[in-house]
Amino acid sequence: MINFYSPTLEYSLLAPILIVLGGALIGVLIEAFAPAASRTRSQLFITLTSLVLSLAALIKVRNEGSASAAMESVTFDGAGVLLQASILVLAIISVFLLADQENFTALAAALPGSEQERDSLRQDLKVTEIYPLTLFAVAGMMLFPVATDLITLFVALEVLSLPLYILAGLSRRRRLMSQESALKYFLLGAFSSAFFLMGIAYLYGYSSSVSLSGIHAAVVGGSGNDIYLLLGIAFLSVGLLFKVGAVPFHAWTPDVYQGAPTAVTAFMAAATKVAAFGAMLRIFYVCFAEAYWQWRPALIAIALVTMAFGSLVAIAQKDVKRMLAYSSIAHAGFLLAGVISLNKSGLDATIFYLFVYGVATVGAFAIVTLVRDSAGEVTDLNRWSGLGKRSPWVATAFAGFLLAFAGIPLTSGFIGKFAIFSAAYESGSTAILITGVLASAIAAFFYIRVIVLMFFKDPIEDGTTVVIPSLFTQVAITISTVITFALGIYPTPLINFIQSTAQFIR
Amino acid sequence: MNLLTFSMVLPLVGIAVLVFIPKSKVLLTKQIALITTLLVAAVGIYMTISFDLGDTAFQFVESREWIPAFGIKYALGVDGIALILILMSVLLTPVVVIAGWNESEDGRWSPKVFYSLILVLETMMIGVFASTDVFLFYVFFEAMLVPVYFLIGGFGSGERAAAAVKFLLYSLFGGLLMLASIIGIFVMATRYGNRTFDITTLSGLHTVLTPMMENILFLGFFIAFAIKAPLWPLHTWLPDAAKSATPGTSVLLLGVLDKVGTFGMIRYCLTLFPNASKSFTPLIITLAVISILYGAFLAIGAKDIKRLIAYTSISHFGFITMGIFAMTTQGFSGATLYMFNHGFSTAALFLVAGFMIVRRKSSTISDFGGLQRVTPIMAWSFFIAGMSSLALPGLSSFVSEFLVLVGTFTRYPVAAVIATFGIVLAALYILIPVQRALHGPTTPGNENLTDLNLREKIAIAPVIAIIVALGFYPSPLLKIINPAAATVISQQGFTDPAPTLNEGK
Repeated sequence: MINFYSPTLEYSLLAPILIVLGGALIGVLIEAFAPAASRTRSQLFITLTSLVLSLAALIKVRNEGSASAAMESVTFDGAGVLLQASILVLAIISVFLLADQENFTALAAALPGSEQERDSLRQDLKVTEIYPLTLFAVAGMMLFPVATDLITLFVALEVLSLPLYILAGLSRRRRLMSQESALKYFLLGAFSSAFFLMGIAYLYGYSSSVSLSGIHAAVVGGSGNDIYLLLGIAFLSVGLLFKVGAVPFHAWTPDVYQGAPTAVTAFMAAATKVAAFGAMLRIFYVCFAEAYWQWRPALIAIALVTMAFGSLVAIAQKDVKRMLAYSSIAHAGFLLAGVISLNKSGLDATIFYLFVYGVATVGAFAIVTLVRDSAGEVTDLNRWSGLGKRSPWVATAFAGFLLAFAGIPLTSGFIGKFAIFSAAYESGSTAILITGVLASAIAAFFYIRVIVLMFFKDPIEDGTTVVIPSLFTQVAITISTVITFALGIYPTPLINFIQSTAQFIR
Repeated sequence: MNLLTFSMVLPLVGIAVLVFIPKSKVLLTKQIALITTLLVAAVGIYMTISFDLGDTAFQFVESREWIPAFGIKYALGVDGIALILILMSVLLTPVVVIAGWNESEDGRWSPKVFYSLILVLETMMIGVFASTDVFLFYVFFEAMLVPVYFLIGGFGSGERAAAAVKFLLYSLFGGLLMLASIIGIFVMATRYGNRTFDITTLSGLHTVLTPMMENILFLGFFIAFAIKAPLWPLHTWLPDAAKSATPGTSVLLLGVLDKVGTFGMIRYCLTLFPNASKSFTPLIITLAVISILYGAFLAIGAKDIKRLIAYTSISHFGFITMGIFAMTTQGFSGATLYMFNHGFSTAALFLVAGFMIVRRKSSTISDFGGLQRVTPIMAWSFFIAGMSSLALPGLSSFVSEFLVLVGTFTRYPVAAVIATFGIVLAALYILIPVQRALHGPTTPGNENLTDLNLREKIAIAPVIAIIVALGFYPSPLLKIINPAAATVISQQGFTDPAPTLNEGK
């Protein structure tokens, strides 16, 4: 007879995630019962409050030391807490962007171009659902890198993905494109989830366990059938590589980045990467470290191709959001370099890189939301020419983020790049170092091209303007800029903190 | 505060003041920039005077933890070579500020931006020569591209945006190769138990590296420096950049920034990888000789006065590189002195060329003619600058070119002999434009040109004074350079070839 145990939950340890989920539920209740007029404000308040409270709770958890919770399906260790904190910080900055309701459709259910849509616009309806959706996604993201059994991992993956699929389709303008991107994202995401589940099944067959420690024990014990292990790792990796947008699982990235409302793109690009790479780090460092000969060569190859492909294709882009999408693919390649290094410096470097890249990404997309004409955001790069003349500060901030992406010294991106490449080389991968450096050189080309466009070309008079940023957007841009340059000039506190905190416990 | 740090902070203070000056007060902006650079120059001169000639270790040392996790320090210090180059940089900057008084107003942005960029560049120029931490050096090496990029692209003329991009991409490419090498050094140093970027500690690293490894790491550094210096065939960005930049920016670009390349060869290539340097010497000497002749030939054929100066510089950088890789004390001292002198003679050429171009609204040599009659002071200035460039005895470049050739001859007589043709060609590429632009009858369009005004005279006078003074009496500088050169040579186990006596029979 099978014995059932009632699960024990360590509420104090789980508090950070529970607070976010609680905030999301309150948000749902507000949607259901509060009058429409007061929703925007109360939702924003609830969202920010729960994120900040969650961060506070997280800091408390860290001080209590590492422990596993919820029947060992979740582990709060140094690395996990750092990743969660990064996600929260990025989410908070992104919420400032989401708060600018101009970017979202008035009524998601209305057909584009229909009478209903015009009606909703006339009534000035707001989709305040975005706040609880965002909170659900954040909760999933926070669970993803700390989940230590594959079922929890899968649940977290779905919790983080589903709200994002919806959010991607909520753009106010070019709604068909936005909905198309949402559908694409959903379908491809469903495929990758299926792969992920398949991988879980194989790994269960291999080790008769779904917990990372159980699989790890089987890997070390070496009793299982290696074919199943290999298949399991391969399928699991497909699911994860899809989320981070690594070649050849990147196809959704440019379309979704372009189609989704820019604020959502910012949130997704920054926070999903942290969550997905966090989970990847945990799985490969904790679970499969001893079986590195099974996956490392393949992952190195994917990293190389991803870096090269992302940088090369970005050159040809004429749309700023697509360019940032391909640049994010290239950066996924750089981040994979941290995963494959499989050493402590690789772990530290990846966490640092994730955070600084995420911040710069949110900042860059925040600026994209500012460049508009009468029909909405202008993402055609050619129409960005002369931006430096129109609004020097916005252009300068954008140039700063681009320089950080390119890894120019005195920006945070440079320190990240140095850390991650030296970790990869330390682990003996010369190919990663060389390709990474060359890809960076190529990447620098298209970042600089945008700077040339903004500063050295004359503005075209076609109604493109830079709107005065709302207070929220200003806050988001300011925070990102300050972090990007502060960590470029003096990264020591954060690096030391990561170095002393980041570790996985099995 | 450490004097080096102080001289780096001063320009930043200047920028902080500039921020509060309204855009409309252009004159005040310029005055503040000028005062700042003069103060920095004063600090530089003071450092030179108080430099201890007997001490071969780094002086004015400062060392603080920066990113201890990677063993990175904010570490500064200068030997004679670095000091001379810092002195050159801080002396040239106020000259550029005065000479470019009006350049800043035709740009894409306000003079405030122009002078802020110049000032931040000055900080980085001092930093790049003063760093004794390889990582810190790299940070300055790369970061200084950004202000130069905006100076060329925002205030230059003609195809300025394209030239700026070309400059930046070339430099970034080299820089990233160097980054790969720096990561290599870092990992190797960690592996051998010393997680540091300190140049003195790292200079012992080559003893544990395999020759293959040392060669690869060396190449990463060398290619970056060869792009910067620039050496044939990596030079193609320079003429475009020099042509499009304002004359003042060109002075800083060719006079100071490119020296970072040759300085880096001494400080990093030779010190960190002495064995690899030795094995690559034949190749590098060959490239240097090709640069000397190639630059000279192109200069002879140049139609544009700024391109001409850029090509002459390629030739001169060939001499400097040859002097460095001859690996003799004389070659070293000569190369270092050459760097200093080239800074001033190129500055003089570019500044006068700038004055000429502003007046004639053209930079084509054939548009000028008979300036000697119309604008005697300007013509004479150009003449002296040109003579300095072709290394006329009695002017400063002669001493350094002579030293380089002697230093090279003792080890590579063939290269030295071929390089000597460069001097003959130099006479051609200087005398042809001198003859066309200055002498002969005044050609149409040049009759009403005005001679140098007071501001321009003030800018050019000190440069010419230095050129002449050092031509007659170079020993103060050589006293600073020689011990440092000898130290680098001996530390890495290079020896001067013994002079051979050819006994007559």
